[in-house]
Amino acid sequence: MSAPAGSSHPGAGRILPKLGGVAAAGVAAPAGPGPATYQQNGPAQNQMQVPSGYGFHPQNYIAPSGHYPKGPGKMTSLSLDSQHDDYYSGLYTVPTQNVVTTSTVNQQPGAQQMYGRVPPPASHNMGSAPESFQGAASSASHLHTSASQPYSSFVNHYNSPAMYSSVASQGFPSTCAHYAMSTISNAAQASVSYPSLPAGDPYGQMFTSQNASTVRPIKDHSFSGQNTAISHPSPLPPPPSQHHHQQQSLSGYNTLSWSAPGLLSTQDNPVQNHTGSLVTASNNPTNTGMQFGEYVNNQASSAPTPLSSTSDDEEEEEEDEEAGVDSSSTTSSASPMPNSYDALEGGSYPDMLSSSASSPAPDPVPEPDPAPAPAPAPAPVPAAPQPAKVAKPFGYGYPALQPGYQNATPPLNSGVQPHNPAYSGFQQYAQQYPGMNQLSSSLGGLSLQSSPQPESLRPVNLTQERNILPMTPVWAPVPNLNLDLRKLNCSPDSFRCTLTSIPQTQALLNKAKLPLGLLLHPFRDLTQLPVITSNTIVRCRSCRTYINPFVSFIDQRRWKCNLCYRVNDVPEEFMYNPLTRSYGEPHKRPEVQNSTVEFIASSDYMLRPPQPAVYLFVLDVSYNAVEAGYLTILCQSLLENLDKLPGDSRTRIGFMTFDSTIHFYNLQEGLSQPQMLIVSDIDEVFLPTPDSLLVNLYESKELIKDLLNALPNMFIHTRETHSALGPALQAAFKLMSPTGGRVSVFQTQLPSLGAGLLQSREDPNQRSSTKVIQHLGPATDFYKKLALDCSGQQTAVDLFLLSSQYSDLASLACMSKYSAGCIYYYPSFHYTHNPSQAEKLQKDLKRYLTRKIGFEAVMRIRCTKGLSMHTFHGNFFVRSTDLLSLANINPDAGFAVQLSIEESLTDTSLVCFQTALLYTSSKGERRIRVHTLCLPVVSSLADVYAGVDVQAAICLLANMAVDRSVSSSLSDARDALVNAVVDSLSAYGSTVSNLQHSALIAPNSLKLFPLYVLALLKQKAFRTGTSTRLDDRVYAMCQIKSQPLVHLMKMIHPNLYRIDRLTDEGAIHVNDRVVPQPPLQKLSAEKLTREGAFLMDCGSVFYIWIGKCCDNNFIEDVLGYPNFVSIPQKMTHLPELDTLSSERARSFITWLRDSRPLSPILHVVKDESPAKTEFFQHLIEDRTEAAFSYYEFLLHVQQQICK
Amino acid sequence: MVLPRGPRAAFPRCPRRCSSPAMAFTFAAFCYMLALLLTAALIFFAIWHIIAFDELKTDYKNPIDQCNTLNPLVLPEYLIHAFFCVMFLCAAEWLTLGLNMPLLAYHIWRYMSRPVMSGPGLYDPTTIMNADILAYCQKEGWCKLAFYLLAFFYYLYGMIYVLVSS
Repeated sequence: MSAPAGSSHPGAGRILPKLGGVAAAGVAAPAGPGPATYQQNGPAQNQMQVPSGYGFHPQNYIAPSGHYPKGPGKMTSLSLDSQHDDYYSGLYTVPTQNVVTTSTVNQQPGAQQMYGRVPPPASHNMGSAPESFQGAASSASHLHTSASQPYSSFVNHYNSPAMYSSVASQGFPSTCAHYAMSTISNAAQASVSYPSLPAGDPYGQMFTSQNASTVRPIKDHSFSGQNTAISHPSPLPPPPSQHHHQQQSLSGYNTLSWSAPGLLSTQDNPVQNHTGSLVTASNNPTNTGMQFGEYVNNQASSAPTPLSSTSDDEEEEEEDEEAGVDSSSTTSSASPMPNSYDALEGGSYPDMLSSSASSPAPDPVPEPDPAPAPAPAPAPVPAAPQPAKVAKPFGYGYPALQPGYQNATPPLNSGVQPHNPAYSGFQQYAQQYPGMNQLSSSLGGLSLQSSPQPESLRPVNLTQERNILPMTPVWAPVPNLNLDLRKLNCSPDSFRCTLTSIPQTQALLNKAKLPLGLLLHPFRDLTQLPVITSNTIVRCRSCRTYINPFVSFIDQRRWKCNLCYRVNDVPEEFMYNPLTRSYGEPHKRPEVQNSTVEFIASSDYMLRPPQPAVYLFVLDVSYNAVEAGYLTILCQSLLENLDKLPGDSRTRIGFMTFDSTIHFYNLQEGLSQPQMLIVSDIDEVFLPTPDSLLVNLYESKELIKDLLNALPNMFIHTRETHSALGPALQAAFKLMSPTGGRVSVFQTQLPSLGAGLLQSREDPNQRSSTKVIQHLGPATDFYKKLALDCSGQQTAVDLFLLSSQYSDLASLACMSKYSAGCIYYYPSFHYTHNPSQAEKLQKDLKRYLTRKIGFEAVMRIRCTKGLSMHTFHGNFFVRSTDLLSLANINPDAGFAVQLSIEESLTDTSLVCFQTALLYTSSKGERRIRVHTLCLPVVSSLADVYAGVDVQAAICLLANMAVDRSVSSSLSDARDALVNAVVDSLSAYGSTVSNLQHSALIAPNSLKLFPLYVLALLKQKAFRTGTSTRLDDRVYAMCQIKSQPLVHLMKMIHPNLYRIDRLTDEGAIHVNDRVVPQPPLQKLSAEKLTREGAFLMDCGSVFYIWIGKCCDNNFIEDVLGYPNFVSIPQKMTHLPELDTLSSERARSFITWLRDSRPLSPILHVVKDESPAKTEFFQHLIEDRTEAAFSYYEFLLHVQQQICK
Repeated sequence: MVLPRGPRAAFPRCPRRCSSPAMAFTFAAFCYMLALLLTAALIFFAIWHIIAFDELKTDYKNPIDQCNTLNPLVLPEYLIHAFFCVMFLCAAEWLTLGLNMPLLAYHIWRYMSRPVMSGPGLYDPTTIMNADILAYCQKEGWCKLAFYLLAFFYYLYGMIYVLVSS
């Protein structure tokens, strides 16, 4: 087994998927012996299929059309059978037959027909639905393979979804094999109906069907969706199938995407679901590989189910997966396919489409093929007749999979169990991520657009590609080519890597000139999260890695760590699965089924009893502050949210105010009214009373309310202009140090008294300087030291800076940066003069006060031996090489990690990353949230390029650039950014692409790289030549460091939509509301027409730009004014009008708003108002007086490359 | 303190020459003896640094503690080195001074470009764990150790040479 597998790995690239599949089968067979007939049968079948597949592939290439008719039924049955059989044992004979048929089928390329036929035959043969399912999926895959490469990739996707669906069915708790089968059969039938179904419906169904029964339909849908394209025809006559495919593509997409998510969800959670869907969509090649892998896994999982042979099974599974991958890769690599396929593919998966479609498309395909070739050729490959197949970059990834797969396989199995969560996840998912729906629904339309990106390696001539930005908002959430093979993998929303294929050596990474790093959003709000309570948390004995879906079980009693490869014992308790209430299936435990889990930690994980939630508010009440009037808003918000503050009965709260003196408030229960204690000795601050300043929220609630009501008016007549922030913070530290907790500091000016006083360092004349921007670093280390002290006492300091003048945020921010706090900045805040800021503060406070919070947290990031953490970015204190100390963790905090490859990864095909966040919940529970990400290792440069996650790379680069600006200079950082583009594109041009050198060529995966870098250069943090206040700049830098990727991307590259012609086309349904999904516009004034109205989503701000000649109907219906002239200059709300267009616009904006933690403020900008400069500076593709336009930037890059 | 010790330490090493009438105890010889002793101390500083950063790298120590122990040692090291550079200057040992100038310049540059800190020292606990900085500090430690070791033997040679030649 191992031998073939190994061979397959290396050879995978060229051999192609089929070979891999064969190899896998072979492997399985050897492994199988233990399991008995089932397994053996399975492998045998697999083998059969593989050879046939191989042979077919070439044939397919040659004569794609012919294959369809014969193959499908048998093919599907085969694949299904093999998988199912393994799982269910009963169907062995069938599979073998199927195999044979498959071969024949393959020879006959009519993939569509195949599909259609497949489902029926499968059902017939199997009788049991599940088999048919798998069969269909497998058949689909086979078909794909047979089809041209691009097609195959599509097919793979389809298959994979199908697989997913099948998995899901299995996953259902109650689901038996029979169930699955029934569902499958349904699916096949359903598939027929599908085409008619609206895109939106599938989602709804998916969601609704949480129960096994319901689920099945869902799965069926997905399955059918995939099949539909393929299988539908089967019930029907072949001819219609093609049309169906195209038409269905939309529905199919939906279903597909769903199914993928479902898989993910089953494993991980809703989040994962997202990712899964995203992944599938975005990463075509990888996805296919992934899907295959999953596919395999499913089979494997079913087969291995239990028993002593588990390890073997796992191995087999792994091999299978690999094989599947290989096959997928091969297929992908194959020559261009028929248009119908492309259309189908395109319709179904946006990403897929792009990749798959593109592949067929034509031009690009050839190049990609070579790239994939590098993938190791599996031994079986001999058949690998299709050199072209190599084209898929993904192929390489596959070989690597094996180790992971073992682990993965269990997850697959586990997948069954997880399904329940997954389902719920789906529902949530659906709701939360309407985007997905949108994607799927819109994909159909997109296919045309997406077609340009057949694969991530398709070369794109940047200077000639006019519309580089995808039209769909879809890509925004799904941009990364993240997943290799697993539905099990962590959601990209939580965990992303800049290179989804990890280069084998540092040398290779250096050659690629791309940053390698992780982007984390570890504590984000999840709707579905498996929480595990057990006495023993299973961890590796040597590296302390938490058990995760990517470990491998050697046998029932031992598992092998996927990070350090140590073999560990499985504790007795772990043998029992609480989900299924069965014993002896450690690989089905939720820990092994989900890559995102949360453990309730025992007292071993506590240094002290869990602390209560403690909140201290430190408020500036100097003249400046009173003048700005933030106290009213704060106290109001606090009063409203007092009961919603996260915490338990021990929650404590306290208040301090300061100007030139420090005021404490004694709120001890029993007092008739709050007592104010003034400490005027700011040189040596002391606490006037030790124990009644932080009081129990519930016992002293009345006093607290009194205080909050009185506070806004208490200082109304103050004449004190000084601010003793430093001493106040020292006092706060003293107050908090016994317990730890959260300190919220509200500051409105430069601290001018006592320790930590600051001088104004900004020279307003230098604001628009193109030369040296100074003072980006702190002026004093007082705040840093204070933060470190606070961090040591588990206290985080959150800073709200509401100032109209320079306040040296660069120095003040240190108090939050190193204590794991967060920073909010409201420039020129005034409660009446600047209502939009006031509103923003109000909304931010609401979120801030009520969001989840974790106390006394630490986060450790582990990765596979050979990789090491290089630098961390975010707000925290680095306590050791892989341990971050986080006094508080909040759901809006993101982190970035740079990685380096210290040892060659040649002996491993997968690498894993695990973040474990240990925190105390607001309820006083010690919890550990664990995310695990698994990625393939590749050895060729082309593969590295194929796996680039542009958005992640940009965010990591932005973080690095911030560091560079502070440690060196802003111009250095800017140069470094430009060089990043120049280096990576020239490295690509000189090594991978062999096109003419005159053109600026980027792989499809990197095509947005220059655009994003240009956007970064024009971002507030890094721009020069445009007047930028120092505090604004520093704040932008702080945000880059601490924002999670999704929000950061909006900051860097806003989304522009045209909203005066919103239609329901492609709309998604969220909570019974219809949310229109207008296409993305590129950020250029050329897209703005005077007749239109545009919405720009900058993350923290929305702009609605109204053109001069905008349709009066729109203005009246949406804005509530009769014509353009009557629109006021400052408008921050859309009135709730009872018109269709108003409803659409509002639901769209609300939907955008709901997706982010900080409520953005809305500005309505008239074409001729002075505020329009704010709007126009975000049009980053245009030339400004100080910066390149996009095209000029490209020329500049090209020039640099040619040097 | 130092004065009596220097000669005593030196004498046992070369008893014969000490007894030779040609030998004379010059200021230069004194400088070399002093430098010899101080360099030995600097070698210990360098070793201490290397160990400290290795501990950081292997997670044995908290960076805050480590920086607190390392920072007070930075200035003394630099001052010791600067001190015998000045001594060599006074003794007109130009070659020796020339050999030490690069390190002296490096020390000055290093201290000038230190992060914003209120106390003495170079190391900032918030950045020290950065792999680049950590690697740099370790490399710096090894390089200094090598330099001090070579310097130690050079001073030994120089001292003997001065003693003999004068």
